[in-house]
Formats: sequence, C-alpha cells, structure tokens
Amino acid sequence: MTPAVPITCTKADLTPDFRDQYLATYRQMQSSRVLEEKLGSLYRAGGRIVGGVYLGRGQEAFSASVAMQLRRGQDVYAPLIRDQAGRMAFGEPITDALRTYMGAATGPMRGRDGNIHRGRPQEGEMAMISHLGAMVSVVAGALFAKRLRGTIADAVGATSIGDGATSTGSFHEAINMAAVEKLPIIISVANNQFAYSTSNDRQFACEDLIYRARGYGVAGWKVDGTDLAACLKVARSAVAAARAGGGPQLIVGTMLRLGGHGEHDDAAYIPDEVKFSKVGQDCLLVAEKFMIAEGWATKAEIDAWLKEARATVDQAVSLVSKEPIPDPYRESWQALSSSELVESWQL
Amino acid sequence: MSVTYLEAIREAQFEALRSDPNVFVYGQDIGQFGGAFKATKGLAREFPGRVLDAPISEDAMVGMAVGAAVEGARPIVEMQFADFSSVGFNQIVNQAATLYWRTNTPCPITIRLPSGGTAGSGPFHSQSMESIYAHYPGLVILTPATVEDAYWMLLDSVKLDDPVIFCEHKFLYYHLKAESFGEHSLPIGKARVARPGRHATVVTYSAMVHEALRAADELQMEGYQIEVVDLRSVKPMDTDTILGSVARTGRLLVVGESFPWGGVSAEVISRVSTEAFHMLDAPPMRLNSKDTPIPYHPNLWKAHRPTVGSICDALRRLLRF
Ligand SMILES: Cc1ncc(C[n+]2csc(CCOP(=O)(O)OP(=O)(O)O)c2C)c(N)n1
Repeated sequence: MTPAVPITCTKADLTPDFRDQYLATYRQMQSSRVLEEKLGSLYRAGGRIVGGVYLGRGQEAFSASVAMQLRRGQDVYAPLIRDQAGRMAFGEPITDALRTYMGAATGPMRGRDGNIHRGRPQEGEMAMISHLGAMVSVVAGALFAKRLRGTIADAVGATSIGDGATSTGSFHEAINMAAVEKLPIIISVANNQFAYSTSNDRQFACEDLIYRARGYGVAGWKVDGTDLAACLKVARSAVAAARAGGGPQLIVGTMLRLGGHGEHDDAAYIPDEVKFSKVGQDCLLVAEKFMIAEGWATKAEIDAWLKEARATVDQAVSLVSKEPIPDPYRESWQALSSSELVESWQL
Repeated sequence: MSVTYLEAIREAQFEALRSDPNVFVYGQDIGQFGGAFKATKGLAREFPGRVLDAPISEDAMVGMAVGAAVEGARPIVEMQFADFSSVGFNQIVNQAATLYWRTNTPCPITIRLPSGGTAGSGPFHSQSMESIYAHYPGLVILTPATVEDAYWMLLDSVKLDDPVIFCEHKFLYYHLKAESFGEHSLPIGKARVARPGRHATVVTYSAMVHEALRAADELQMEGYQIEVVDLRSVKPMDTDTILGSVARTGRLLVVGESFPWGGVSAEVISRVSTEAFHMLDAPPMRLNSKDTPIPYHPNLWKAHRPTVGSICDALRRLLRF
C-alpha cells in the first residue's frame, strides 16, 4: 500500500472567510495554551488542584479546527483528554475548566469529578469517562436519538481519540456501529506518536491509521496536525460532508504530544530525533509564522491577543480560587435521579 | 386465555413503544427476526425504525443508549443473553450508572438481560448477573418472578429516569403462565409476600420464587408454614418487608440462583443480622448455586443450582436448629 498523503492547503483555499476562521481559531488555540500553562503552574505550586493535570500542548490546531465547525446547542461534542482548545472553540467557559480542576462546588462537576472529566451533556457537550474509546458510541447514540425524534436537521456530532485508544474494542464497536447507522459523526484521531509511554510501533501494526477508514466503510481524511491551515481545510470539508449526509468521517492528524502524558510525567522516553523532527513542531508557532507571512496579522497583534488571553485567564483563576469547595455535609450522596428509589437503609 | 412471561415482556415493549414515541428497542436479531427468544416478535413491523438490529457490539449498544437518553430518547437494549452483557459492562457501570451523579443528566435506559439457567445451556448462556450490577451505585436492578411483574415492572422501567437492569428469567419465558397481566399493584422497590407463613422465611427472587413456593408446599406436609418473600427488585432492596417477615418467623433462608460468593443473598443476610439479630432464633442461612461455572448436562445443571429438594433440605436444617 502506498502511504496516505496528507491533505494540504493551496493559495486558492485562502479565501477571506477562511482567513477569518483561521484567525478566530488561532485565538482559541492561544487562549487554550495560556490556560494550560496556568494549570501546569497551579499544579506545580500545589494547593487547589488536587488531582493530575493533562494538557493538550501541541494538539491545539487539530483539536480546535473541528470544534470551530460545531454549533453549541445543535451539534454534539465529546472532547477527550487533549481537547482544551476544542472545548474553548465549542464555547466551554474557562471557568468550567478551572472549577473542575479545582473541584469547586460551583462547577458543572461539583467536585464529583475532576480535570478533563467534565461537560454539560444537556448542552451537547458530553462529559468523558476515563475509559478510552467509550465516548464514540455515546455521540452516535445522541445523533441516533436526534434522528429518531426528528430534530436532527443538519446536526453533526464530533469526538476525538488518541492513537492508543484506537486499539480499544469500544472504539472499534462504535465506529462500526456509526457506519452501519450512517450517522453524521466526525471522529478525529490525534496520532501524537505516543499513548502515555507506548509508541506507535507497539500500538498498531497497520501502516497508517487512515487505512482503517476503508475497513469501516467511512470517509477518511489525513492531515498534518501541526498545520492549522490544513487542519481547518480538512475539518471544514469533513464536517460539511457529514452534514450533507455523507456518514461518519474519520480524520487522522499527526503531531507530537509536546509534554508528558500528564504534568507528573517528564516524557523522557520521547527520543530527541522525534522531538526535533517535523512532527514535533509546535502548531502555534507554525500558525504565527503563517499569519505573518500571509499578512493576516502582525507580531504586535499576536502579542496583544496573548496579553488579553492572559488577563482573562488570570481573572478567572482569581474568581474560582475564592469559590467554595464542596461540603460533604451538604452533598446529597444520591446516585439515582429517582429519589424515591434511593435506599434509606444506611449502606 | 392465558399469557406467558415471555408474552408479558413482548406486550410491555409494545405498550411502551405505542405510548411514547421516544422509546426504541435496540439489540441483536430483534428486528424482523423478533429476537433469539421472540421477545420482540412483530414489533419491528408495527414500529418501523424503532426496533432495530444491532451489530454484535454490546459495548457500543449501551454507549449508544446512553447518548440517546441524553437527547431525550428512552431506549430499551436487549442483550441476547445476560452473559454477554459482560462485554457491555464498562458502559453499564461506568457510563450509564455515573451519568446522573456526575452531570445531573438523567439516564432513562432499560437493559433487558435474559437471565438464569435452562438445561443444556452451559457456562455462557445461563448466568445471573444481578449481584454484579447491584454492586454498582446508580443502577436499579429488577428481577420479576411473575407474569404480572414482568409486564408492569418492564413498563415502569421504561418510565423511570434511571438506568434499569431488567433481569428476566429464561426458564420462566415459556413455562410460566397467568390468566392476564393483572393490575399494576406494587411500585418498583417493594417486595411481596408471595406466601404467608410463620415458621421460617425464604427470601428469594426471579425463578427461585417458584422453587421456594414448591418447597413450602412440601414442608407444609411436614407441618411447617413457610413464608416466601419475593424481592422483585434486588436494588433497591425492600429491607422493611424482609425484616417484617423475619420478625414473624424468627428464621431466615435466602435463596438465589447466582454464584455464592457475596451477592444479593449475602446482602440480605448482612442486613438482617445487623438490624434484626435479636429476632433470629437460628443463624441465617443462604443457598446459591455451586461455586463453579454453570454446567451443560441436565444432571449436573440441576445439581448446580438450588432446587425444590435442596431448598427443602436447607429449610429442614434451619427449622431443626
Ligand atoms: C480503557 C482504558 N485503559 C487504560 C487507560 C489509562 N490511560 C489513560 S490515557 C492513556 C494513554 C492514551 O493514549 P492515546 O489514546 O494515544 O491518547 P493521548 O494520551 O496520547 O492523547 C492510558 C493508557 C484508560 N484511561 N482507559
């Protein structure tokens, strides 16, 4: 088999509309990077963040590009571990992230779950469980129900997954099922070369994950995940194809996780040859160079956006830091919504 | 005219589909074929697009149901056999069961498990999974023993805003008949005294209710009146009804078809020992299957699970103490 060729942008793709979305996406990526840097330092400082911190550094372009195509309230989105940028692009407030990381009583998860395990399912943002691969079928189910209830119109669902999680049975079952039902789902595989410490060669044996699309009977798109222009082009095309009734779309992006699996991990297992190769370049820097070269933004403008993003994050951190932590005496300790079925027996 | 337990399951799904357009049924071979046990016979024709064949993907089937529930649907998932729900275990206990608690989003799904043994079914088509699922917070576990309960409890399950594991017993599918589906009498979560007595209490559920009733008939000839409590719902567990019965009889035997280690029978005994130790005239006993996989040959199978004979023996020992 010949290697799959990634889709790239040409001059003709760079329309004014494309430029506007590029700039808007870049700003989400930048805000995401700023927030994640803050989360990292809060983690190292110790204190309010009780659990781990898992960052999407290096995956912002790939993550945000798909989410930028979604409409909150109509479309469904199940972000995963490295989708801070996508979450922002989907309209998740910064406070949802901070409150969940800090376990604040005020956040959507109310101290019951933490870090990346957050969402607002009733607004179409699913809250991932840890078990990898498990969210794909949930998005498929939400789309199925929209179709059943006649509310689907041109809605789509999107979810992300890592190279490692494509090895789960759950992933395989769900993508196959979505294909059988011809659901408008976009599944983005971020091949960041490592699943925790395990490299691709210990994860799968096929030459390129994109070849799986053929086997599942779904459309496949391969892209350089460090190139925002290419990511946007692919995301726009794939989402449009799903909206138009083209069934599931599998996007495979390549990049490097620019950090550890979590902030506890120094990723010493990533060889320098990979770190300093093309796959290891930082999508934010690539985008900055591109915007300046195209004359879409100046260095001064980019710096001003950065300042603004930092101020927004600092403000949110100081707000959330003062918020109450959950109180075990006020906690309902009720796992069922049907109160009458909660056992009064003290288990 | 009489109706079977299986017809009750089918008719309840018919009624659920008829009365609420948000209900759909998803499972292997349940469409045009009507299911491995024919529990959805004819439903695909009556409700086009709402009774659908699923790929052999128990994980994805349950995940799909959870996503659909978030969007306002009320899915019924049929596992072809309870045993195969182990492949969907993660989605059941980690996705469905945690959704409400984590995100304040109700999760109205019903997962039907054709459960329990029939002769010749062997290790992988005979399991009873209620104890496994009952261990996890966030699930309701129902184990109907009668035609009436099969019908009304299934309808109740679909209306409930929480995930229900509906354990329907395969042995009862064809064997158990009633005149009609009767009336909706007891709500979910309430046990039923299936037979009043005063010398000992048998707490049980599902197919074992019928074994216990026959054992009670036999012991009657020996001069004992055995009270049989049908739990109906193993989670929540109606502890008050159990304690009320033990208060009357002073003796307790718990019977379950599932494996002996831990489980529903251990839970009943733990509650009674903690709360009603002073009411007991004898140490509480339990009878479950043997601690091996479920055997294939009828000779072995009958010896593996509790039966009228082994329940009578256990009761005699309990009454002699
Ligand atoms: C089913 C399951 N097994 C193991 C884990 C533990 N785990 C969490 S993240 C991870 C690596 C995931 O790698 P990949 O899917 O490539 O995503 P990445 O972290 O690289 O974004 C592992 C093994 C898990 N969350 N779920």
